[in-house]
Amino acid sequence: MSAPQPTPSHTVGPFYGYALPFPGGGDVAPAGRTDAVTVHGHVYDGAGEPVPDALVELWQADTDGDLSGAPGSMRRDPVTGGHLGRNGVDFTGFARIQTDADGHWTARTVLPGARPGHPPYISVCVFARGLLHHLFTRLYFPEHTEAHASDPLLASLDADRRETLVSAAEPATGSYRFDIRLQGEKETVFLDFH
Amino acid sequence: MPLSQQDIDREVAELRDAYEKARAGGAPPAHHPPRDYAPYRSSLLRHPKQPLVPVRSDPETVELHTPVFGSTDVTDLDHDLTRQHHGEPLGERITVTGRLLDSSGRPVRGQLIELWQANAAGRYAHLRDQHPAPLDPHFTGVGRTLTGDDGSYSFTTIKPGAYPWRNHENAWRPAHIHFSVFGSAFTQRLVTQMYFPNDPLFAYDPILQSVTDESARQRLVATYEHALSRSEWSLGYRWDIVLDGPSATWTEEGR
Repeated sequence: MSAPQPTPSHTVGPFYGYALPFPGGGDVAPAGRTDAVTVHGHVYDGAGEPVPDALVELWQADTDGDLSGAPGSMRRDPVTGGHLGRNGVDFTGFARIQTDADGHWTARTVLPGARPGHPPYISVCVFARGLLHHLFTRLYFPEHTEAHASDPLLASLDADRRETLVSAAEPATGSYRFDIRLQGEKETVFLDFH
Repeated sequence: MPLSQQDIDREVAELRDAYEKARAGGAPPAHHPPRDYAPYRSSLLRHPKQPLVPVRSDPETVELHTPVFGSTDVTDLDHDLTRQHHGEPLGERITVTGRLLDSSGRPVRGQLIELWQANAAGRYAHLRDQHPAPLDPHFTGVGRTLTGDDGSYSFTTIKPGAYPWRNHENAWRPAHIHFSVFGSAFTQRLVTQMYFPNDPLFAYDPILQSVTDESARQRLVATYEHALSRSEWSLGYRWDIVLDGPSATWTEEGR
């Protein structure tokens, strides 16, 4: 039997906002986790304008590098049909955030773990009206300079392109900023997994 | 002067000709739309100009794993968009049934399919949709389900209406249902739109035409299947979804 051909991608369009985002979509760190950190940034278009209707998804390992995730990111209430929020205990590893009117997204998560010698990162998937096929990128953390030097992806990039994948530490708030530029100056490095 | 349908048609035809010429010259088929597709004006400032950077993945690559969803993430009524309110929605009741497969033809089990759509009059239950068509108090147009062990899924809903948009003068989208799908790897993530057979608006729609490959475009169109229709109740459509991209269990077979 010949292999089936893939279903083409299409844009998420302008009207997904009442369907895909869910309450607590950015709250990946269970409520009681004391090691939670904030990752956030803006999405910009080729004119440098913020993109107010982008959808950002994050997928990552837990602090010990475990990539098995858990169900319950978008728990539903069987009585009302509404959302219950996460259960406050399980780490699902998944976030989904719609950018606000300023093109800003934010998530509260934990620092992912990785194999020894390998830099941890968060996988980032971007959808938007006008974007016919989603884009993958990665959010790396600035502390792991040594591991970045030996990472095959990061090492393959020129310095100015590499830095688009490394978030900026904001010590005052303990947060990390990661802006996504869809086009133009300082355009984010986007990835192909084929 | 606003862009006319003729302007858009000309650009669409030029890009299709260029694609067909490239194919005749030995280029591989394009399964997905190019991100840079000018007839869809919103794409102009929202596509990267640098080529994508290839990633050589190994079993520990984060993107070869994927978020999981379970029975707490869906309710029993989420797959039936006609039963989410106290009254019956207006419109033609339909079922959309199919299987979720990976690129080797294997079923993708227990994964999340979400959908959203306009109502029968072509209006979304979204505040920013100000198209002067009536909202239906008995229809929201959002559903979700988990695929079965054989990758199967089924939704009951209302056939959505066509609606106007502002890409160019007198622009109309053919009736469609938006789908969001997870696979067995995050690399297989897919957001797309399903269309209905023989819609006269196909030729005029730069979003559908952004898929320049004719056979790939056909894969976005569901099939009417009479055996799926239920007597005095609903019309049945079949639409299989095939995910692209490597997974942890991915092999070279068939590629």
